[in-house]
Amino acid sequence: MNQELFLLAVLDGISYAALLFLVALGMTLVFGVMRILNMAHGSLYAFGGYFAATLGLWAVSKGLSPAWSFLWLVLAALVIGALLGTVMEVLLLRRIYHKEQILQLLVTFAAFMIFEDLQRMIWGAQPYFVSDIVNYLGVAEVLGITYTRYQLMVLPGVALVVFVGLRWFLKSSRTGRQIVAVAHNREVATAMGIDAKRICLLTFVAGSMLGALGGALASPTTSLVPGIGAEMIVLSFAVVATAGLGQIEGTLVTALLIGLARSFAVYLQPEMEVLVPYLIMVAVLLFRPQGLFSVAQARRV
Amino acid sequence: MFNKKIIGAMLAAASAFAFSQGAFAQAKPAELKIGITTFTSGPASVFGVPAKQAAELYLEDLNAKGGINGVKVTPTFIDEGVGGDKLLSEYRRVVQEQNVKVMLGSISSGSCNTLAPVAEDLKVLNILWDCGTEKVLEERRYKYVVRTQANATTEMVASVLYLLRQKPNFKTIAVVNQDYAWGRDSWELFSQTLKILKPDVKVVAELFPKFGASDFSTEISRLQALRPDVILSTSWGGDLDTFVRQSAQRGLIKNAQFVLPLAESSLERLGTTLPDGVIIGARGDHYFLHPVLKDDPKLKGFVEKFKAKTGAYPIYSVYHMIQALDGLVAGYDKAIKANKGQWPSTEQLAEAMHGLKFRGLTDEVKIREDGQGLEDQLLGTTRKTAAYPFPILDKIEIYPAEMAIAPVGQKSVDWVKTIKPEILKDPRIKTFPPVN
Repeated sequence: MNQELFLLAVLDGISYAALLFLVALGMTLVFGVMRILNMAHGSLYAFGGYFAATLGLWAVSKGLSPAWSFLWLVLAALVIGALLGTVMEVLLLRRIYHKEQILQLLVTFAAFMIFEDLQRMIWGAQPYFVSDIVNYLGVAEVLGITYTRYQLMVLPGVALVVFVGLRWFLKSSRTGRQIVAVAHNREVATAMGIDAKRICLLTFVAGSMLGALGGALASPTTSLVPGIGAEMIVLSFAVVATAGLGQIEGTLVTALLIGLARSFAVYLQPEMEVLVPYLIMVAVLLFRPQGLFSVAQARRV
Repeated sequence: MFNKKIIGAMLAAASAFAFSQGAFAQAKPAELKIGITTFTSGPASVFGVPAKQAAELYLEDLNAKGGINGVKVTPTFIDEGVGGDKLLSEYRRVVQEQNVKVMLGSISSGSCNTLAPVAEDLKVLNILWDCGTEKVLEERRYKYVVRTQANATTEMVASVLYLLRQKPNFKTIAVVNQDYAWGRDSWELFSQTLKILKPDVKVVAELFPKFGASDFSTEISRLQALRPDVILSTSWGGDLDTFVRQSAQRGLIKNAQFVLPLAESSLERLGTTLPDGVIIGARGDHYFLHPVLKDDPKLKGFVEKFKAKTGAYPIYSVYHMIQALDGLVAGYDKAIKANKGQWPSTEQLAEAMHGLKFRGLTDEVKIREDGQGLEDQLLGTTRKTAAYPFPILDKIEIYPAEMAIAPVGQKSVDWVKTIKPEILKDPRIKTFPPVN
């Protein structure tokens, strides 16, 4: 493998990691605050994608410029995240925060199945694809290889903005600090006057929006098909588990690690491509069961 | 004397027995229940859902005309998307509890491999209606399992032939197939055939991205660096659409000869994304603009009706469904005739299916004694026209099934190694002039 191919593999890895990061980030944020592993997170990815495609198709039929697509992509994520996130938190999760983890998993998995059917009822079984934005932005040549500007710039750019924005939000804003407090210890935070119920709702909606944003941003490059949510949930779970549940910086590093490992596998050992994320996960969890970036936790009781 | 009497009595008894057997009339049922396994969930529902719509459309018509010999046919659909074990128990439930005598299964080769031995045990006629695996009928001889369409061998050999006849001058090839049984097996058949007919060709990359992969950008970068002359993909559904779109967005599709043996099912969805000159297969000889049969009332009428109902042109899984149902009706007709007008037992029906000749929407299909269907293969090259918002197939060639299938009793992997270069000039190949 020469230097050029090395660079190409890095570029491919980064754009893939960007999407993975956005989806895994939503999942880990929700877990960090509510200690719930939301299996329905993949549905938010799927719904975000489908809804963005629907808006995109509508815009095309109205003859709007593809430049507007940026608006549709973000709008779709916000609407789906707010809508489904609120419905799920208020109707489902609120009732199971104190239940056993296995029950939480089952309940969110049930929600996932329901969403999956709902998605098929609304959008049917045929693949959806709206790629006007990608064609509009055009392509760029790197070392004689053609890349789309969308994957080269937009995806990593958005991921970076979201990462920096979220870190700033959690560290510096009032609500952000409340979220961190609830994540740290819900009871103490409540005792200090934080409305934990509101924080949980807010976090869940934000996490859902991130999942939906991942789907919306993926929609111009991929076909939306039934089952796309399930694909994503498995991979983002691998990222989240490798990083350590609830670790935001760790999720970024792990998503990059897995994205790069995967693209290097395609160049060097294509047979390993599918396996690589899980090999990394197993290798990490064997030695650090709490994940790469989790710090040892003090016993609460 | 005494002996003669006994022998006479025995003869009489025997002939009475034989007679009662021969004229043994199955009571004509009030309705014929059939089970159909198809994907209504998961990625393969791109095939399953249109095929289910086709079955409903077909049976509605059939029943309006009085069904099979006056017996109405009612379907029970089973979702293949639930996976192996669940599918198996659903299959058993439908057969044993609802007393279904005829099953149509399945789309997935994995499902077909699982269900075929079970059908044999349950003594229920199973029509393999869409799956491609050649192994299922090569590894075991079944009494109750038949296939109403071609298998992967015919499809892949025909694809190699079309490529070599249309674009013989290439030196390198790369493959991008889905990482599951079909992706692997189809490449094995394709590459073995190619090696025999064009030994100097070099395989520069064998990529098997995950089944259901949503992103091929790394594969595409690598292919751009390798610059193969030909890129083969036997993928289908969302995977194929995504691969083609991403290849088109990044210009790969213009720099290599794409060969997509299953892409007839994606033509309409991909719209103008596919450029001219891409080689497309149809998994059979069915195509709504079939060069000989496009004005045939049966094909044309069905295409119009299907389009009015679903808004889309039929794809190969739809044709395969109709073919299986037409085959079943023809099988019943043959069995009833053989049974002197009486309703046949499942055993008699299964026997009638072997050696059956029938017509679906396109050319006649013959079912061999091993249960394998002989179905011609149609391939073409994309070309944009003003008449449709997606490319049509140009330079169509049709390959008769007989020249591209392992003989009864021989395994395909062995047979493809015996293919001779003369096959490229086989006079049975039908060619058609370019579309104006």
